[in-house]
Amino acid sequence: MTDDQLKTTPLNAAHRAAGARMVGFGGYDMPVQYEGVLAEHRWTREHAGLFDVSHMGQCKITGADAIAQFERFVPGDYAILKAGRQKYSLLLNAEGGILDDLMAGKPDHDGLYVVVNAGNKDADFAFLRDNLSGDARLTVLDDRALIAIQGPEAAEVMEAHEPVLAEFGFMDCARLVLFGVDCFVSRSGYTGEDGYEISVPAADAERIWSEILKDARVKPIGLGARDSLRLEAGLPLHGHDVDASTSPVEGALTFALSKSRKERADFNGADRILKELAEGPARVRVGLSVKEGAPAREGAEIADMDGNIIGNVTSGGPSPTLGCNIAMGYVPPKFAELGTELKVLVRGKPAAAEVVAMPFVAQRYYRKPKTA
Amino acid sequence: MRFTKDHEWVKVDGDVATVGISKHAADALGDVVFVETPEAGKSVAKGDSFAVVESVKAASDVYAPVSGEVIEGNAALASAPETVNADPEGDGWFAKIKVSDASQLDALMDRAAYDQFLSTL
Repeated sequence: MTDDQLKTTPLNAAHRAAGARMVGFGGYDMPVQYEGVLAEHRWTREHAGLFDVSHMGQCKITGADAIAQFERFVPGDYAILKAGRQKYSLLLNAEGGILDDLMAGKPDHDGLYVVVNAGNKDADFAFLRDNLSGDARLTVLDDRALIAIQGPEAAEVMEAHEPVLAEFGFMDCARLVLFGVDCFVSRSGYTGEDGYEISVPAADAERIWSEILKDARVKPIGLGARDSLRLEAGLPLHGHDVDASTSPVEGALTFALSKSRKERADFNGADRILKELAEGPARVRVGLSVKEGAPAREGAEIADMDGNIIGNVTSGGPSPTLGCNIAMGYVPPKFAELGTELKVLVRGKPAAAEVVAMPFVAQRYYRKPKTA
Repeated sequence: MRFTKDHEWVKVDGDVATVGISKHAADALGDVVFVETPEAGKSVAKGDSFAVVESVKAASDVYAPVSGEVIEGNAALASAPETVNADPEGDGWFAKIKVSDASQLDALMDRAAYDQFLSTL
């Protein structure tokens, strides 16, 4: 795809004015960095980072059958999800492969609000249009921008603008007026930090972006740091760490399979997924700490201690927080136990690696204290 | 100092060429997190990939601007790869090569020609 075919978000001019380096990602001209990936990564872990994620796909699924229809293709229980809550899930094909990962929630009393990945959104929306039946309608919200603020100071920053946001716990969501306009907001993100994702009308995006950036605790953060932050948080990137050939069990995403849905086995690919749960998958996504040498990146081979190739790295790189190289990849389950010593081959050179728990860096989501 | 279109630089002292990547290249890469330099004794041909430089996001090959024998790789970059960003055309050098064919240097750009080349990118 050439640059002039790239789409732009409502914040494109703001990124360019701020001197961002722009790259094509998911069909959009996006900021990969402003001052530098490492500095932006650290700023987000220590303060608050502001991300333009307007390239992602936003939609509503409404109608009397919206939830029942949506549930045919995702393994989460959305029928019992309370109003004002959202849930991570997976759009599954008939073979149980992951077409996309997504967030879906009930911010208002009108069906579901769903956010999907930029690179998959056209296919996802086409899939849903083709497959939703009965009284279930897909409405693409392409007149909206999506802004994420992430980091330990994100909550204080946002509460200064909109005190109501202090009442949100992790994965709470709502449709309400923020900055004087109609927004969808959730306390969630893709960095492992506390923070919010706010869907705003496209026409108001630049004003709200600049308003939030006036706070000295906030800096704009590019996609480069977004990737290294999500890697440290152990969060998969669709198209790399999981794809249409990967099941939720292989992808180590079994937390997304609701108990009630497994019992009912009434979602796409349930046969394969339940079989893998019972018998174990052929391969599983693990975290690796790479103890020497160059960063092990997507495509690097993983070998056992006898030198047999057993799998591949699906994403990896330096962890600015830990100061070592980390990676995710697939290995047969017998090599997936924490502490298993393996090798990764980078440009043919074996480097020592160890299977470690994900997230690599502890998540710091805000959980509301339980009320008595 | 002379430059290649792949953004390496060469500085010649007698028959020894010190080689690195240009400030333009270092800035374009962003934060350098890993550098693999060649070992002494390795012979390289002009255009061969003889080193690797990695930013947070990607690994890039560094090509030999001249043919010859490596007499030293910059071992300091192993523990301090950020030197490539801080001083790309000085302490961030990659290797010293004993030049086998000095005439290869003639084809490289001087600073003015390289700046001119950058302005066309």
